Amino acid sequence: MVSIVDYGVGNLFSLKSSFAAIGVEVVVTADPEILKNADGIVLPGVGAFEDAAKKLRNSGLDKVLIELAAEGKPLMGICLGMQLLFEKSYEYGEHKGLGLIKGSVKPIKDVIPNTLKIPHIGWNQLIYKKNTPLFSYINDGDCVYFVHSFYAADCDASVVAVSEYGAFLTAAVQNKNIFGCQFHPEKSGKVGLNILKAFAEMKENEIC
Amino acid sequence: MITKRIIPCLDVRDGRVVKGVNFEGLRDVSSPVELAKFYSACGADELVFYDITASSDGRKLFTEILTETAKEVFIPLTVGGGINTVADFDRVLKCGADKVSVNSGAIRNPELINEAAKLYGDQCVVLSADIKRVNGVFRVFAKGGREDTGMEAIEWIKRCVGNGAGEVVVNSIDTDGVKQGFDLQMLDAVCNAVNVPIIASGGAGKIDDFITLFKTLPKVDAGLAASIFHFGEVKISDLKSEMTKNNIPTRNSGF
Repeated sequence: MVSIVDYGVGNLFSLKSSFAAIGVEVVVTADPEILKNADGIVLPGVGAFEDAAKKLRNSGLDKVLIELAAEGKPLMGICLGMQLLFEKSYEYGEHKGLGLIKGSVKPIKDVIPNTLKIPHIGWNQLIYKKNTPLFSYINDGDCVYFVHSFYAADCDASVVAVSEYGAFLTAAVQNKNIFGCQFHPEKSGKVGLNILKAFAEMKENEIC
Repeated sequence: MITKRIIPCLDVRDGRVVKGVNFEGLRDVSSPVELAKFYSACGADELVFYDITASSDGRKLFTEILTETAKEVFIPLTVGGGINTVADFDRVLKCGADKVSVNSGAIRNPELINEAAKLYGDQCVVLSADIKRVNGVFRVFAKGGREDTGMEAIEWIKRCVGNGAGEVVVNSIDTDGVKQGFDLQMLDAVCNAVNVPIIASGGAGKIDDFITLFKTLPKVDAGLAASIFHFGEVKISDLKSEMTKNNIPTRNSGF
């Protein structure tokens, strides 16, 4: 069973439906006990970093996630959920993240030519950087769907894929049992479903 | 590299796709869910569901259809038609829509874009503009292209983007249905005025029209069409192969 963390950020309909479509039992929850019993946890998120980080802290879910991640539970952040895994974000100020992956979140506009549009929106190719179990069922060069104005920086050690948009932007990360996708697997067609499938099959403390 | 998007548009009335279609392997040609699944499997990059229902019963049915579609189709869904208030945004986003397109609703109440962008983010708000030349000037039309608003189109689009519209669908009334190609002059004028994704609509009749569009106007992000896809005049897979041959970046696998 996969648990999607419900902390009042974004619309979880598609994410929930996509797990259901690949036959994975899925629960949307804010209950720490249910999260503890899940085989894997997905941290979703759309919107502003500061607001989402506050909601995680105020609900106490930040501590729960940090604790479960330390125990080896597979955890995957999606879009803003991925950005929250990092130490901090410079989205309108400076805000603290969960600190589960080394690095920080910065504006895309600082690293791409100003002729390119912000947000980076649409289908873009994954360029593999490292092997990861997350990509067991997809191929280097497959396209996934992005919508974002900020990107994860200073995180070379954990980057498993990038996408080219005037610069090489972090597309996916892994630090042991902790994963992140900047793109939306739940909106990336069959490729996205295959990423979710690979995540759902991961077993605690068996990830390499 | 970011790819150019190909977007079929489905007009839905009382829960059924309006334009007649007949594809091999498609059991119910006017079921929005079946057609959406079919297009997704063919490589469509995004779908637009346009609600042309007039009755409230029909609207409820549309919402149900949308929910069903979003349960089975995992590419971005944009919803338009009958979007007049923030409550309308809420209604369709809850059912799995990713973006909401506003047209007459924004003409009646320009604050709508601003309010929706603040609540859901710019990326969620799509301005759809029906534009026609009147005495050599691009003018915005309302009510499905029937009513001249008197507003100059480029200024209108700039204003809406300033208010938070994250994408613009440019629908040329002059080329719509003519099938002689997209309105490159109109699209060029819009591309030079704003720096958000531009979706070209109106005029596509064959694969070459898309190739010409993306070759001539590299700033255009997507091509939208309805009947040529529904009637099978242009197959999305053929279109994408041709785009690849012409070095136009496109998503060509993993459907």
